[in-house]
Amino acid sequence: MKIRAIAEDYLFVLPAVTIFVIFYVIPFVWVFKLSLFNWDGILPSKTFVALANFKEIIFHDPSWWQSMRNAGYITLIALTFQNALAFLLAWACDRQIRLKHFYRAVFFIPPILSEIVVGMVWRFIVNDVDGANMVNRALVTMGMGQFAHSWLNDPKFVLTTVAIIHSWKGFGWGFLIFLAGLQTIPREFYEAARVDGVNAWQSFKNITMPLMMPVIMLVAILTVLGTMQAFALILGLVGGEFAGHTSVPVLRILAVMRDSSRFGYACAMGINLGIILVAVSFVINMLARRARNWA
Amino acid sequence: MSIYHKAKKTTINTLIHLFLLAVAITCIYPLLWMVASSFKTQETIFSDISIIPRHLHFENYYLAVSNSDFGRYFLNSTIYTVSVVFGIVVVSSMAAYAFSRLRFPGRNILFIIFIAAMMIPMPGGFVPLYVLLNKLHLRDTAFGYILAMISMGLATSIFILKTFFDKMPKELEDAARIDGCSKLGIWWHVAIPFAKPALAVVVVFNALNVWNEYVLALIIFDSKNLMPLQRALMMFRGEFLTNYPLLMAGLTITALPIIIVYIFMQKYIVKGVASSVLG
Repeated sequence: MKIRAIAEDYLFVLPAVTIFVIFYVIPFVWVFKLSLFNWDGILPSKTFVALANFKEIIFHDPSWWQSMRNAGYITLIALTFQNALAFLLAWACDRQIRLKHFYRAVFFIPPILSEIVVGMVWRFIVNDVDGANMVNRALVTMGMGQFAHSWLNDPKFVLTTVAIIHSWKGFGWGFLIFLAGLQTIPREFYEAARVDGVNAWQSFKNITMPLMMPVIMLVAILTVLGTMQAFALILGLVGGEFAGHTSVPVLRILAVMRDSSRFGYACAMGINLGIILVAVSFVINMLARRARNWA
Repeated sequence: MSIYHKAKKTTINTLIHLFLLAVAITCIYPLLWMVASSFKTQETIFSDISIIPRHLHFENYYLAVSNSDFGRYFLNSTIYTVSVVFGIVVVSSMAAYAFSRLRFPGRNILFIIFIAAMMIPMPGGFVPLYVLLNKLHLRDTAFGYILAMISMGLATSIFILKTFFDKMPKELEDAARIDGCSKLGIWWHVAIPFAKPALAVVVVFNALNVWNEYVLALIIFDSKNLMPLQRALMMFRGEFLTNYPLLMAGLTITALPIIIVYIFMQKYIVKGVASSVLG
């Protein structure tokens, strides 16, 4: 009877576990296994090369590290510009303000759209020199026509343009999480501070910031994980052009897998990036803990 | 409150609104621009920059659907989204119910593995997934894509639903049990109706996820007639890079369902972000 009951319970998790094991656990194990081989993805025979793929990535693959630097640059802008914007907007919406729900709904429109769609629409808005380039039109109208650019065709500007559009697409996430965090701070804290004659800036510094630290760190981690693995927006914006200037790690992995048919090497790249991401999240977490101890 | 303070407060509030409004405009403008441009022609698109075009040209939509098969891709995306969401709802709600309510050995460790999978980043995981689907002869099939996409959304959905089932009053179940309900009966008649708000979150999030998915669609599908919209858009882009009105019609067809769903389900999305991230 007991065994029947247990078997019955397992039936509930069986579909989930089966799908999960086949399509998540097995690929997870295979990434590590394949990374030790040279394999074109087709032939039945693989050549065991131990850690040679990793050695090549770390010491002899400048285009991989170029793509890392590019993604790192976009991530840096996302961490600062995008998250500061998200925090400011959340802070503004946390007050008793009219149209709060309208703003909240509108700021989450960019995140619900696909990266491909966003990339292609923005290409149209920022790229053509005289045609429909709205950014240039605005610059000309403001008397700053000399700054007009074909923003995605100039190697000097293309990565920053990508980073800003990426931030536009992503700030809504941070905004919603920050807003949820801000709303958990009891209003009495602010009122007590006001009664004690504390000004707005001080109460922001001494109440809001320390209490929001864990949320800020959480958003920072999510931003790093999301941005370092982003790539579809770039495909929508610039397609395959400017390979070096806008290539990011996932695009490199795709190219190595599909164009060069080096499956083992592509897996090793994935592990390399994965380890870096775990390490960075770990460091941010540690910083968060230390910041909490100071507060 | 003195007049000075009142004036100061009004000024600050106005500035805040101006700031919020400016950002809000940048969020909406590109979409309006996309829709407006899809009704223009290659000749008028650079001269007529209004958001409401003087003449509406529907032929871009006609071309996108008839010549470029966007109807087919739209149908594919719809089929994938509906099947994956349905699969995730059934599979994850059963598992989440068991993790929350049933006492079987190995329950905790299994749940922890699911949560760990949610948190460990696996960039490049699509490489072995491709190999696997190839071995199972599921590459370039709708079924393979649907199964892989179900597995992607499983962990987070189980987490959201389990958190919700934990709050379910025990009396509800007891009453059903006394009435002679089996475990499966309780799941179906008690747990599922109880979890409707959480299920809405799961449905909306996974639907957005599948509709917008690109990388698996890129590596799995070779056959044009199986491709979803996002993949088709990138092919379309290669073909018509400078035919902006036509491109914008394709984009509008792709983005419109998402926007409509968003307008109606907005509150679930806001709730979902909070519940899936802050726990």
